[in-house]
Amino acid sequence: MKSVNFFSLLVVVLALTVGVAGCKKTPKGVTSIPGLPSTVPGADQTGGPVKPPGPDQSGKLPEDSGVKPANVTPEGTIPLSARPDGMFPDREVFKQQTVYFDFDRSAVKPGEKAKIEAVAAHLKNETANKVEIEGHCDERGTEEYNRALGERRALAVREYLVNLGIAADRISTVSFGEDKAAVEGHDEAAWAKNRRGEFVLLKPKP
Amino acid sequence: MKLNPSLYLRPATPFLLALALGTFAAEEKLDITKDATHLIPVALSGYTGEAASVLRFDLEVAGFKIVGPGEAQFIVTGKNNGQVEGRVTDRINKATIMEAKAYANGSQRLQAHWLADDIVFALTGKPGIAKTKIAFKGEVGKHSEIFIADYDGHNAVAVTRDSTIVAAPCWVPGRRILYYTSYKSGYPDIYSHDLSSGERRVFSRYPGLNTSAAVSPDGKRVAMILSKNGSPDLYVCNADGSHLAQLTKTREDESSPCWSPDGTRICLAARVNERRALYLVPASGGPMTRLRTEGVLNPTEPDWSPDGKTIVFTSQMGSFNICTVPASGGVAQPLKEGEDPTWAPNSRTVIFTRRLKDKRILSLLDVPTKQVKDVIQNSGSCSQPSWAK
Repeated sequence: MKSVNFFSLLVVVLALTVGVAGCKKTPKGVTSIPGLPSTVPGADQTGGPVKPPGPDQSGKLPEDSGVKPANVTPEGTIPLSARPDGMFPDREVFKQQTVYFDFDRSAVKPGEKAKIEAVAAHLKNETANKVEIEGHCDERGTEEYNRALGERRALAVREYLVNLGIAADRISTVSFGEDKAAVEGHDEAAWAKNRRGEFVLLKPKP
Repeated sequence: MKLNPSLYLRPATPFLLALALGTFAAEEKLDITKDATHLIPVALSGYTGEAASVLRFDLEVAGFKIVGPGEAQFIVTGKNNGQVEGRVTDRINKATIMEAKAYANGSQRLQAHWLADDIVFALTGKPGIAKTKIAFKGEVGKHSEIFIADYDGHNAVAVTRDSTIVAAPCWVPGRRILYYTSYKSGYPDIYSHDLSSGERRVFSRYPGLNTSAAVSPDGKRVAMILSKNGSPDLYVCNADGSHLAQLTKTREDESSPCWSPDGTRICLAARVNERRALYLVPASGGPMTRLRTEGVLNPTEPDWSPDGKTIVFTSQMGSFNICTVPASGGVAQPLKEGEDPTWAPNSRTVIFTRRLKDKRILSLLDVPTKQVKDVIQNSGSCSQPSWAK
Protein backbone atom coordinates (compact mmCIF):
# COMPACT_ATOMS: atom_id res chain seq x y z
CA MET A 1 0.00 0.00 0.00
CA LYS A 2 1.24 3.44 -0.83
CA SER A 3 2.11 5.40 2.27
CA VAL A 4 1.81 9.16 2.34
CA ASN A 5 3.09 11.41 5.07
CA PHE A 6 1.92 14.91 5.66
CA PHE A 7 5.00 16.55 4.37
CA SER A 8 4.55 15.05 0.97
CA LEU A 9 1.06 16.49 0.83
CA LEU A 10 2.32 19.98 1.46
CA VAL A 11 5.52 20.29 -0.44
CA VAL A 12 7.77 19.21 -3.20
CA VAL A 13 10.87 17.68 -1.74
CA LEU A 14 13.98 19.04 -3.35
CA ALA A 15 16.13 16.45 -4.94
CA LEU A 16 19.49 16.07 -3.32
CA THR A 17 22.64 16.72 -5.23
CA VAL A 18 25.14 14.09 -4.35
CA GLY A 19 28.56 15.39 -3.51
CA VAL A 20 31.47 14.31 -5.60
CA ALA A 21 34.03 11.86 -4.29
CA GLY A 22 36.82 13.43 -2.33
CA CYS A 23 34.55 16.16 -1.03
CA LYS A 24 32.51 14.08 1.37
CA LYS A 25 32.63 16.28 4.40
CA THR A 26 31.11 19.29 2.75
CA PRO A 27 27.59 18.62 1.50
CA LYS A 28 26.97 20.06 -1.93
CA GLY A 29 23.23 19.66 -1.76
CA VAL A 30 20.84 20.72 0.93
CA THR A 31 17.43 19.22 1.52
CA SER A 32 15.03 22.02 2.36
CA ILE A 33 12.51 20.94 4.97
CA PRO A 34 9.15 22.62 4.64
CA GLY A 35 7.32 24.11 7.60
CA LEU A 36 4.16 22.69 9.11
CA PRO A 37 1.30 24.60 10.70
CA SER A 38 2.02 24.60 14.41
CA THR A 39 -1.60 24.24 15.41
CA VAL A 40 -4.36 22.00 14.20
CA PRO A 41 -7.31 23.90 12.79
CA GLY A 42 -10.33 23.16 14.89
CA ALA A 43 -8.32 22.12 17.91
CA ASP A 44 -9.04 25.32 19.78
CA GLN A 45 -12.73 25.31 19.04
CA THR A 46 -15.04 23.69 21.51
CA GLY A 47 -15.32 20.36 19.85
CA GLY A 48 -15.11 21.95 16.43
CA PRO A 49 -18.13 22.73 14.31
CA VAL A 50 -20.57 19.88 14.39
CA LYS A 51 -22.88 19.42 11.48
CA PRO A 52 -26.21 17.71 11.85
CA PRO A 53 -26.03 13.95 11.68
CA GLY A 54 -26.20 12.31 8.31
CA PRO A 55 -28.55 9.49 7.50
CA ASP A 56 -30.90 8.22 10.16
CA GLN A 57 -31.10 11.60 11.89
CA SER A 58 -33.87 10.58 14.21
CA GLY A 59 -32.16 7.32 15.03
CA LYS A 60 -35.58 5.74 14.63
CA LEU A 61 -35.98 2.38 13.07
CA PRO A 62 -38.94 1.73 10.79
CA GLU A 63 -40.49 -0.69 13.25
CA ASP A 64 -40.07 1.64 16.22
CA SER A 65 -43.61 2.84 16.84
CA GLY A 66 -45.10 2.91 20.28
CA VAL A 67 -45.68 0.14 22.78
CA LYS A 68 -46.02 -3.30 21.28
CA PRO A 69 -44.36 -6.65 21.60
CA ALA A 70 -40.66 -6.36 20.87
CA ASN A 71 -39.42 -7.09 17.39
CA VAL A 72 -36.94 -9.88 17.60
CA THR A 73 -34.36 -10.51 14.90
CA PRO A 74 -33.69 -14.05 13.64
CA GLU A 75 -30.64 -14.02 15.90
CA GLY A 76 -32.86 -13.37 18.91
CA THR A 77 -31.77 -9.76 19.47
CA ILE A 78 -34.18 -6.89 20.07
CA PRO A 79 -33.40 -3.80 17.94
CA LEU A 80 -32.84 -0.57 19.85
CA SER A 81 -35.26 2.32 19.70
CA ALA A 82 -34.40 6.00 19.41
CA ARG A 83 -32.33 7.42 22.24
CA PRO A 84 -34.45 9.14 24.91
CA ASP A 85 -34.75 12.87 24.44
CA GLY A 86 -35.70 15.58 26.92
CA MET A 87 -35.99 13.29 29.94
CA PHE A 88 -34.74 14.00 33.43
CA PRO A 89 -32.13 11.49 34.69
CA ASP A 90 -32.27 10.25 38.27
CA ARG A 91 -29.23 8.17 39.23
CA GLU A 92 -30.27 7.62 42.87
CA VAL A 93 -33.51 5.66 42.61
CA PHE A 94 -32.00 2.40 41.37
CA LYS A 95 -28.63 2.66 43.10
CA GLN A 96 -29.20 -0.59 44.99
CA GLN A 97 -30.21 -2.36 41.78
CA THR A 98 -26.79 -2.28 40.08
CA VAL A 99 -26.33 -5.67 38.40
CA TYR A 100 -22.92 -7.38 38.66
CA PHE A 101 -21.40 -9.79 36.13
CA ASP A 102 -18.86 -12.57 36.06
CA PHE A 103 -15.50 -11.93 34.40
CA ASP A 104 -15.78 -11.70 30.61
CA ARG A 105 -19.48 -12.64 30.74
CA SER A 106 -22.64 -10.80 29.80
CA ALA A 107 -25.20 -13.34 31.08
CA VAL A 108 -27.37 -12.12 33.95
CA LYS A 109 -26.56 -14.25 37.00
CA PRO A 110 -29.54 -15.85 38.82
CA GLY A 111 -28.67 -13.97 42.02
CA GLU A 112 -28.91 -10.62 40.20
CA LYS A 113 -32.35 -11.13 38.66
CA ALA A 114 -34.32 -9.78 41.64
CA LYS A 115 -32.69 -6.36 41.10
CA ILE A 116 -33.94 -6.23 37.51
CA GLU A 117 -37.37 -7.40 38.64
CA ALA A 118 -37.50 -4.47 41.09
CA VAL A 119 -36.77 -2.06 38.23
CA ALA A 120 -39.45 -3.75 36.12
CA ALA A 121 -41.98 -3.35 38.94
CA HIS A 122 -41.27 0.38 39.11
CA LEU A 123 -41.62 0.81 35.36
CA LYS A 124 -44.94 -1.08 35.35
CA ASN A 125 -46.33 1.38 37.91
CA GLU A 126 -44.80 4.54 36.44
CA THR A 127 -45.70 4.19 32.80
CA ALA A 128 -44.33 7.58 31.75
CA ASN A 129 -40.86 6.74 33.04
CA LYS A 130 -38.09 5.12 31.07
CA VAL A 131 -34.78 3.59 32.05
CA GLU A 132 -31.25 3.70 30.71
CA ILE A 133 -28.79 0.89 31.39
CA GLU A 134 -25.09 1.72 31.55
CA GLY A 135 -22.80 -1.22 30.82
CA HIS A 136 -19.34 -1.28 32.40
CA CYS A 137 -16.33 -3.60 32.47
CA ASP A 138 -13.27 -4.20 34.61
CA GLU A 139 -9.85 -3.30 33.23
CA ARG A 140 -8.95 -6.87 32.27
CA GLY A 141 -10.01 -6.61 28.68
CA THR A 142 -8.75 -4.58 25.77
CA GLU A 143 -10.47 -1.21 25.43
CA GLU A 144 -12.67 -1.66 22.37
CA TYR A 145 -13.42 -5.26 23.33
CA ASN A 146 -14.67 -3.92 26.65
CA ARG A 147 -16.74 -1.24 24.94
CA ALA A 148 -18.55 -3.98 23.03
CA LEU A 149 -18.79 -6.23 26.12
CA GLY A 150 -20.24 -3.37 28.20
CA GLU A 151 -22.91 -2.86 25.56
CA ARG A 152 -23.61 -6.58 25.49
CA ARG A 153 -24.11 -6.52 29.28
CA ALA A 154 -26.51 -3.56 29.08
CA LEU A 155 -28.39 -5.35 26.30
CA ALA A 156 -28.61 -8.56 28.37
CA VAL A 157 -30.25 -6.61 31.20
CA ARG A 158 -32.54 -4.94 28.67
CA GLU A 159 -33.60 -8.30 27.26
CA TYR A 160 -34.46 -9.48 30.77
CA LEU A 161 -36.60 -6.38 31.33
CA VAL A 162 -38.36 -6.96 28.00
CA ASN A 163 -39.05 -10.55 29.00
CA LEU A 164 -40.64 -9.19 32.17
CA GLY A 165 -43.06 -7.23 30.00
CA ILE A 166 -41.40 -3.82 29.75
CA ALA A 167 -41.67 -2.27 26.28
CA ALA A 168 -38.32 -2.32 24.49
CA ASP A 169 -38.66 1.33 23.46
CA ARG A 170 -38.61 2.40 27.14
CA ILE A 171 -35.11 0.98 27.62
CA SER A 172 -31.94 2.56 26.21
CA THR A 173 -28.36 1.40 26.59
CA VAL A 174 -24.95 3.05 26.78
CA SER A 175 -21.60 1.28 27.16
CA PHE A 176 -18.64 2.93 28.85
CA GLY A 177 -16.40 -0.11 28.56
CA GLU A 178 -13.66 0.23 31.20
CA ASP A 179 -13.67 4.06 31.06
CA LYS A 180 -15.80 4.69 34.19
CA ALA A 181 -14.59 2.46 36.96
CA ALA A 182 -16.80 2.46 40.06
CA VAL A 183 -13.84 1.48 42.22
CA GLU A 184 -10.17 2.26 41.63
CA GLY A 185 -7.80 -0.63 42.15
CA HIS A 186 -6.21 -3.54 40.36
CA ASP A 187 -7.51 -6.56 42.31
CA GLU A 188 -10.51 -8.86 42.16
CA ALA A 189 -12.38 -6.84 44.81
CA ALA A 190 -12.23 -3.75 42.58
CA TRP A 191 -12.82 -5.66 39.35
CA ALA A 192 -15.94 -7.36 40.73
CA LYS A 193 -17.46 -3.94 41.54
CA ASN A 194 -16.60 -2.61 38.08
CA ARG A 195 -18.24 -5.39 36.02
CA ARG A 196 -21.72 -3.93 36.24
CA GLY A 197 -24.90 -2.61 34.74
CA GLU A 198 -26.24 0.58 36.34
CA PHE A 199 -29.83 1.77 36.00
CA VAL A 200 -30.59 5.45 35.41
CA LEU A 201 -34.29 6.32 35.82
CA LEU A 202 -35.52 8.73 33.15
CA LYS A 203 -38.53 10.88 34.11
CA PRO A 204 -40.51 13.16 31.83
CA LYS A 205 -39.68 16.79 32.48
CA PRO A 206 -42.51 18.50 34.34
CA MET B 1 28.56 -9.78 15.51
CA LYS B 2 28.74 -10.94 11.95
CA LEU B 3 26.74 -9.23 9.29
CA ASN B 4 26.20 -9.61 5.65
CA PRO B 5 26.44 -6.04 4.45
CA SER B 6 24.50 -6.78 1.30
CA LEU B 7 21.32 -6.93 3.33
CA TYR B 8 21.78 -3.40 4.51
CA LEU B 9 22.99 -1.75 1.38
CA ARG B 10 20.66 0.02 -0.90
CA PRO B 11 20.28 -1.72 -4.23
CA ALA B 12 21.88 1.17 -6.09
CA THR B 13 25.35 0.25 -4.84
CA PRO B 14 25.91 -3.37 -5.81
CA PHE B 15 29.09 -2.66 -7.70
CA LEU B 16 30.67 -0.90 -4.76
CA LEU B 17 29.54 -3.71 -2.54
CA ALA B 18 31.01 -6.41 -4.72
CA LEU B 19 34.39 -4.74 -4.50
CA ALA B 20 34.10 -4.17 -0.78
CA LEU B 21 33.04 -7.62 0.28
CA GLY B 22 36.30 -9.32 -0.63
CA THR B 23 37.33 -11.93 1.89
CA PHE B 24 34.36 -11.39 4.20
CA ALA B 25 31.82 -12.95 1.89
CA ALA B 26 32.37 -16.60 2.76
CA GLU B 27 32.10 -16.48 6.55
CA GLU B 28 29.38 -13.84 6.66
CA LYS B 29 27.02 -15.98 4.62
CA LEU B 30 26.44 -18.09 7.71
CA ASP B 31 24.31 -15.52 9.50
CA ILE B 32 21.99 -14.54 6.71
CA THR B 33 18.92 -16.23 8.15
CA LYS B 34 19.40 -14.57 11.52
CA ASP B 35 20.08 -11.10 10.24
CA ALA B 36 16.53 -9.78 10.31
CA THR B 37 16.30 -10.44 14.02
CA HIS B 38 19.68 -8.91 14.87
CA LEU B 39 20.24 -5.31 15.84
CA ILE B 40 22.64 -3.62 13.42
CA PRO B 41 25.50 -1.87 15.27
CA VAL B 42 25.88 1.78 14.28
CA ALA B 43 28.07 4.54 15.74
CA LEU B 44 27.10 8.22 15.78
CA SER B 45 29.99 10.67 15.51
CA GLY B 46 29.81 14.44 15.86
CA TYR B 47 26.25 14.95 17.14
CA THR B 48 25.14 16.68 20.31
CA GLY B 49 21.97 17.46 22.23
CA GLU B 50 18.60 17.04 20.58
CA ALA B 51 19.97 16.00 17.20
CA ALA B 52 21.97 13.21 18.86
CA SER B 53 18.99 11.97 20.88
CA VAL B 54 16.63 12.09 17.88
CA LEU B 55 19.08 10.15 15.70
CA ARG B 56 19.64 7.58 18.43
CA PHE B 57 15.89 7.13 19.04
CA ASP B 58 14.98 6.93 15.35
CA LEU B 59 17.73 4.42 14.55
CA GLU B 60 16.96 2.25 17.58
CA VAL B 61 13.28 2.11 16.60
CA ALA B 62 14.40 1.06 13.10
CA GLY B 63 16.32 -1.97 14.42
CA PHE B 64 19.77 -0.49 14.99
CA LYS B 65 21.96 -0.57 18.08
CA ILE B 66 24.00 2.53 18.91
CA VAL B 67 27.54 1.43 19.84
CA GLY B 68 31.02 2.86 20.09
CA PRO B 69 33.00 3.38 16.86
CA GLY B 70 35.13 0.29 17.52
CA GLU B 71 32.13 -2.07 17.53
CA ALA B 72 30.11 -0.50 14.75
CA GLN B 73 29.44 -1.95 11.34
CA PHE B 74 28.34 1.47 10.09
CA ILE B 75 29.40 4.94 11.19
CA VAL B 76 27.25 8.03 10.82
CA THR B 77 29.48 11.08 10.79
CA GLY B 78 28.22 14.64 10.79
CA LYS B 79 27.38 17.67 12.88
CA ASN B 80 24.48 19.73 14.09
CA ASN B 81 25.91 23.18 14.77
CA GLY B 82 23.81 25.12 12.32
CA GLN B 83 22.13 22.69 9.99
CA VAL B 84 22.13 18.96 10.58
CA GLU B 85 24.50 17.05 8.31
CA GLY B 86 25.52 13.44 8.00
CA ARG B 87 27.10 10.72 5.91
CA VAL B 88 27.32 6.95 6.38
CA THR B 89 30.33 4.71 5.96
CA ASP B 90 30.77 0.96 6.34
CA ARG B 91 33.60 0.68 8.85
CA ILE B 92 34.30 -2.98 8.20
CA ASN B 93 34.22 -2.86 4.41
CA LYS B 94 35.66 0.66 4.13
CA ALA B 95 32.87 1.80 1.85
CA THR B 96 30.76 4.92 1.62
CA ILE B 97 27.13 3.96 2.01
CA MET B 98 25.61 7.43 1.91
CA GLU B 99 27.31 10.58 0.67
CA ALA B 100 27.09 13.63 2.88
CA LYS B 101 23.68 15.24 3.17
CA ALA B 102 22.52 18.39 4.90
CA TYR B 103 19.11 19.75 5.83
CA ALA B 104 17.87 23.31 5.91
CA ASN B 105 14.74 24.88 7.45
CA GLY B 106 12.60 23.28 10.12
CA SER B 107 13.72 22.59 13.65
CA GLN B 108 16.89 20.69 14.43
CA ARG B 109 14.60 17.89 15.64
CA LEU B 110 12.90 17.71 12.22
CA GLN B 111 16.22 17.89 10.37
CA ALA B 112 17.49 14.98 12.46
CA HIS B 113 14.33 12.96 11.61
CA TRP B 114 15.02 13.61 7.91
CA LEU B 115 18.60 12.47 8.27
CA ALA B 116 17.48 9.36 10.17
CA ASP B 117 15.07 8.42 7.40
CA ASP B 118 17.80 8.90 4.80
CA ILE B 119 20.17 6.71 6.83
CA VAL B 120 17.53 3.98 7.19
CA PHE B 121 16.86 4.09 3.45
CA ALA B 122 20.57 3.96 2.64
CA LEU B 123 21.14 0.96 4.92
CA THR B 124 17.95 -1.03 4.36
CA GLY B 125 16.57 0.15 1.03
CA LYS B 126 13.23 0.85 2.73
CA PRO B 127 11.67 4.22 3.60
CA GLY B 128 12.00 5.29 7.23
CA ILE B 129 9.11 6.28 9.48
CA ALA B 130 10.73 9.12 11.45
CA LYS B 131 8.54 11.80 9.84
CA THR B 132 5.19 10.04 10.32
CA LYS B 133 2.32 10.98 12.64
CA ILE B 134 0.20 9.12 15.15
CA ALA B 135 -3.15 9.75 16.81
CA PHE B 136 -4.12 8.41 20.22
CA LYS B 137 -6.47 8.70 23.17
CA GLY B 138 -4.95 10.73 25.99
CA GLU B 139 -6.32 11.29 29.47
CA VAL B 140 -6.69 14.88 30.59
CA GLY B 141 -7.81 14.89 34.21
CA LYS B 142 -10.98 12.84 34.44
CA HIS B 143 -11.65 13.06 30.73
CA SER B 144 -9.92 11.90 27.59
CA GLU B 145 -9.23 13.70 24.33
CA ILE B 146 -7.93 12.69 20.91
CA PHE B 147 -4.35 13.81 20.29
CA ILE B 148 -2.08 13.79 17.29
CA ALA B 149 1.71 13.80 17.60
CA ASP B 150 4.94 12.94 15.83
CA TYR B 151 5.49 9.17 15.83
CA ASP B 152 7.87 9.55 18.80
CA GLY B 153 5.23 11.41 20.87
CA HIS B 154 6.73 14.87 20.44
CA ASN B 155 4.63 17.87 19.37
CA ALA B 156 1.40 16.37 20.74
CA VAL B 157 -1.69 18.49 20.09
CA ALA B 158 -5.24 17.81 21.30
CA VAL B 159 -7.70 17.82 18.41
CA THR B 160 -10.80 17.51 20.62
CA ARG B 161 -11.95 19.66 23.52
CA ASP B 162 -15.03 17.62 24.35
CA SER B 163 -14.35 17.18 28.10
CA THR B 164 -15.84 13.71 27.96
CA ILE B 165 -14.71 10.23 26.95
CA VAL B 166 -13.22 9.70 23.50
CA ALA B 167 -11.93 6.51 21.91
CA ALA B 168 -10.61 4.63 18.92
CA PRO B 169 -9.06 7.24 16.60
CA CYS B 170 -8.46 6.12 13.00
CA TRP B 171 -6.75 8.00 10.17
CA VAL B 172 -8.14 8.19 6.67
CA PRO B 173 -5.28 6.80 4.54
CA GLY B 174 -3.23 9.61 3.02
CA ARG B 175 -5.43 12.38 4.43
CA ARG B 176 -5.39 14.67 7.46
CA ILE B 177 -8.79 13.34 8.52
CA LEU B 178 -9.55 11.36 11.66
CA TYR B 179 -12.52 9.24 12.63
CA TYR B 180 -13.05 8.65 16.33
CA THR B 181 -15.64 7.94 18.99
CA SER B 182 -16.78 10.69 21.37
CA TYR B 183 -19.39 10.64 24.12
CA LYS B 184 -20.05 14.35 23.62
CA SER B 185 -23.78 13.69 23.15
CA GLY B 186 -23.81 11.47 26.24
CA TYR B 187 -23.61 8.41 24.01
CA PRO B 188 -20.79 6.89 21.97
CA ASP B 189 -21.03 8.39 18.47
CA ILE B 190 -18.52 8.29 15.63
CA TYR B 191 -17.26 11.63 14.31
CA SER B 192 -15.17 12.47 11.28
CA HIS B 193 -12.82 15.41 11.78
CA ASP B 194 -10.91 17.13 8.97
CA LEU B 195 -7.77 18.43 10.67
CA SER B 196 -6.96 20.80 7.82
CA SER B 197 -10.27 22.69 7.78
CA GLY B 198 -11.31 21.99 11.38
CA GLU B 199 -14.67 20.74 10.14
CA ARG B 200 -16.18 17.99 12.25
CA ARG B 201 -19.25 15.93 11.41
CA VAL B 202 -21.29 13.35 13.26
CA PHE B 203 -20.64 10.28 11.16
CA SER B 204 -22.66 7.65 12.98
CA ARG B 205 -25.25 8.30 15.68
CA TYR B 206 -27.52 5.31 15.83
CA PRO B 207 -29.18 4.13 19.05
CA GLY B 208 -26.73 2.27 21.30
CA LEU B 209 -23.06 1.80 20.52
CA ASN B 210 -21.22 3.47 17.62
CA THR B 211 -17.48 2.84 17.78
CA SER B 212 -14.27 1.37 16.31
CA ALA B 213 -14.40 3.16 12.95
CA ALA B 214 -11.93 1.76 10.42
CA VAL B 215 -11.55 3.48 7.06
CA SER B 216 -10.89 1.30 4.02
CA PRO B 217 -7.50 1.62 2.28
CA ASP B 218 -9.10 3.54 -0.61
CA GLY B 219 -10.85 5.87 1.84
CA LYS B 220 -14.26 5.14 0.32
CA ARG B 221 -15.83 2.92 2.99
CA VAL B 222 -15.94 2.76 6.77
CA ALA B 223 -16.25 -0.36 8.91
CA MET B 224 -17.54 0.07 12.47
CA ILE B 225 -19.26 -1.58 15.40
CA LEU B 226 -22.94 -0.67 15.96
CA SER B 227 -25.44 -2.20 18.38
CA LYS B 228 -28.61 -0.70 16.90
CA ASN B 229 -29.97 -4.11 16.01
CA GLY B 230 -29.67 -5.34 19.59
CA SER B 231 -26.11 -6.69 19.64
CA PRO B 232 -22.68 -5.21 18.82
CA ASP B 233 -22.14 -6.20 15.19
CA LEU B 234 -19.93 -5.24 12.26
CA TYR B 235 -21.34 -2.75 9.78
CA VAL B 236 -19.90 -1.13 6.66
CA CYS B 237 -21.08 2.01 4.90
CA ASN B 238 -19.79 4.49 2.35
CA ALA B 239 -17.61 7.39 3.47
CA ASP B 240 -20.65 9.69 3.26
CA GLY B 241 -22.61 7.42 5.63
CA SER B 242 -24.83 5.95 2.91
CA HIS B 243 -25.43 2.29 2.05
CA LEU B 244 -25.14 0.93 5.58
CA ALA B 245 -24.84 -2.88 5.57
CA GLN B 246 -24.74 -5.24 8.54
CA LEU B 247 -21.95 -7.78 7.93
CA THR B 248 -22.19 -9.89 11.09
CA LYS B 249 -25.30 -11.06 12.89
CA THR B 250 -24.42 -12.68 16.19
CA ARG B 251 -25.84 -12.38 19.68
CA GLU B 252 -22.31 -11.94 21.03
CA ASP B 253 -20.02 -8.94 20.73
CA GLU B 254 -17.81 -8.11 17.77
CA SER B 255 -15.03 -5.53 18.08
CA SER B 256 -12.04 -3.80 16.44
CA PRO B 257 -12.46 -4.29 12.68
CA CYS B 258 -9.53 -3.64 10.31
CA TRP B 259 -9.25 -3.86 6.53
CA SER B 260 -7.06 -6.01 4.33
CA PRO B 261 -4.81 -3.72 2.25
CA ASP B 262 -6.69 -4.68 -0.93
CA GLY B 263 -9.98 -3.69 0.69
CA THR B 264 -11.69 -7.02 0.04
CA ARG B 265 -11.80 -8.38 3.59
CA ILE B 266 -12.28 -7.21 7.14
CA CYS B 267 -10.62 -8.87 10.13
CA LEU B 268 -12.20 -8.46 13.56
CA ALA B 269 -12.48 -9.96 17.02
CA ALA B 270 -15.60 -11.97 17.74
CA ARG B 271 -16.97 -14.63 20.01
CA VAL B 272 -18.73 -17.53 18.35
CA ASN B 273 -19.99 -20.51 20.34
CA GLU B 274 -18.28 -19.21 23.48
CA ARG B 275 -14.94 -19.06 21.71
CA ARG B 276 -13.13 -15.76 21.26
CA ALA B 277 -11.18 -15.65 18.01
CA LEU B 278 -10.22 -13.48 15.07
CA TYR B 279 -12.53 -13.76 12.07
CA LEU B 280 -12.42 -12.67 8.46
CA VAL B 281 -15.49 -11.31 6.70
CA PRO B 282 -15.74 -10.36 3.00
CA ALA B 283 -16.16 -6.58 2.85
CA SER B 284 -19.06 -7.05 0.43
CA GLY B 285 -20.78 -9.45 2.84
CA GLY B 286 -20.62 -13.19 3.38
CA PRO B 287 -19.87 -15.80 6.01
CA MET B 288 -17.34 -15.28 8.81
CA THR B 289 -14.32 -17.56 8.67
CA ARG B 290 -12.01 -18.05 11.62
CA LEU B 291 -8.38 -16.91 11.34
CA ARG B 292 -6.21 -19.51 13.05
CA THR B 293 -3.97 -18.06 15.78
CA GLU B 294 -2.42 -21.24 17.14
CA GLY B 295 -0.72 -21.14 20.51
CA VAL B 296 -2.47 -18.12 22.01
CA LEU B 297 -5.89 -17.41 23.53
CA ASN B 298 -8.49 -14.64 23.45
CA PRO B 299 -7.22 -12.63 20.48
CA THR B 300 -8.58 -9.10 19.99
CA GLU B 301 -7.56 -5.83 18.25
CA PRO B 302 -6.22 -7.14 14.91
CA ASP B 303 -4.37 -4.79 12.55
CA TRP B 304 -3.38 -5.84 9.03
CA SER B 305 0.11 -4.86 7.83
CA PRO B 306 0.15 -2.51 4.82
CA ASP B 307 2.11 -5.12 2.82
CA GLY B 308 -0.72 -7.59 3.45
CA LYS B 309 1.45 -10.31 4.94
CA THR B 310 0.97 -10.15 8.70
CA ILE B 311 -1.78 -9.46 11.21
CA VAL B 312 -0.71 -8.08 14.57
CA PHE B 313 -3.13 -8.44 17.49
CA THR B 314 -3.48 -8.66 21.26
CA SER B 315 -3.80 -12.00 23.02
CA GLN B 316 -5.01 -12.29 26.58
CA MET B 317 -3.63 -15.09 28.70
CA GLY B 318 -3.32 -13.57 32.13
CA SER B 319 -1.58 -10.51 30.77
CA PHE B 320 -1.92 -8.94 27.35
CA ASN B 321 0.61 -9.79 24.66
CA ILE B 322 1.36 -8.30 21.26
CA CYS B 323 1.37 -11.18 18.75
CA THR B 324 1.76 -11.59 15.02
CA VAL B 325 0.28 -14.24 12.75
CA PRO B 326 0.50 -14.70 8.97
CA ALA B 327 -2.55 -13.11 7.32
CA SER B 328 -3.49 -16.58 6.07
CA GLY B 329 -3.57 -17.83 9.68
CA GLY B 330 -1.25 -20.22 11.48
CA VAL B 331 1.05 -20.24 14.48
CA ALA B 332 0.89 -16.99 16.42
CA GLN B 333 4.14 -15.42 17.61
CA PRO B 334 3.96 -13.58 20.95
CA LEU B 335 6.37 -10.63 20.90
CA LYS B 336 6.03 -8.38 23.96
CA GLU B 337 3.62 -7.66 26.77
CA GLY B 338 1.16 -4.97 25.65
CA GLU B 339 -2.07 -4.30 23.79
CA ASP B 340 -3.77 -2.49 20.89
CA PRO B 341 -0.98 -2.69 18.28
CA THR B 342 -1.03 -0.70 15.05
CA TRP B 343 1.35 -1.07 12.11
CA ALA B 344 3.55 1.71 10.81
CA PRO B 345 3.54 2.37 7.04
CA ASN B 346 6.74 0.29 6.78
CA SER B 347 4.97 -2.99 7.81
CA ARG B 348 7.83 -3.52 10.27
CA THR B 349 7.31 -1.20 13.24
CA VAL B 350 4.28 -1.40 15.55
CA ILE B 351 3.03 1.12 18.10
CA PHE B 352 1.13 -0.28 21.07
CA THR B 353 -0.09 0.44 24.60
CA ARG B 354 1.81 -0.69 27.68
CA ARG B 355 0.29 -0.76 31.16
CA LEU B 356 2.50 0.53 33.92
CA LYS B 357 1.42 0.48 37.56
CA ASP B 358 -1.05 3.35 37.39
CA LYS B 359 -0.72 4.59 33.85
CA ARG B 360 -0.81 3.46 30.25
CA ILE B 361 1.91 4.55 27.86
CA LEU B 362 2.63 4.18 24.16
CA SER B 363 5.65 2.21 22.98
CA LEU B 364 7.22 1.38 19.64
CA LEU B 365 8.15 -2.19 18.75
CA ASP B 366 10.54 -3.20 15.97
CA VAL B 367 8.91 -6.53 15.14
CA PRO B 368 11.93 -8.46 13.69
CA THR B 369 14.31 -7.52 16.52
CA LYS B 370 11.63 -7.12 19.27
CA GLN B 371 13.37 -3.90 20.33
CA VAL B 372 10.98 -1.65 22.31
CA LYS B 373 11.28 2.12 22.74
CA ASP B 374 8.81 4.13 24.84
CA VAL B 375 7.25 7.15 23.20
CA ILE B 376 7.59 10.52 25.00
CA GLN B 377 4.61 10.58 27.33
CA ASN B 378 1.93 13.05 28.22
CA SER B 379 1.14 13.41 31.91
CA GLY B 380 -1.99 11.28 31.70
CA SER B 381 -2.52 7.78 30.36
CA CYS B 382 -2.22 7.30 26.61
CA SER B 383 -3.75 4.43 24.65
CA GLN B 384 -5.39 3.32 21.39
CA PRO B 385 -2.70 4.58 18.99
CA SER B 386 -3.39 4.86 15.26
CA TRP B 387 -0.60 5.38 12.75
CA ALA B 388 -1.09 7.78 9.84
CA LYS B 389 -0.43 5.88 6.63
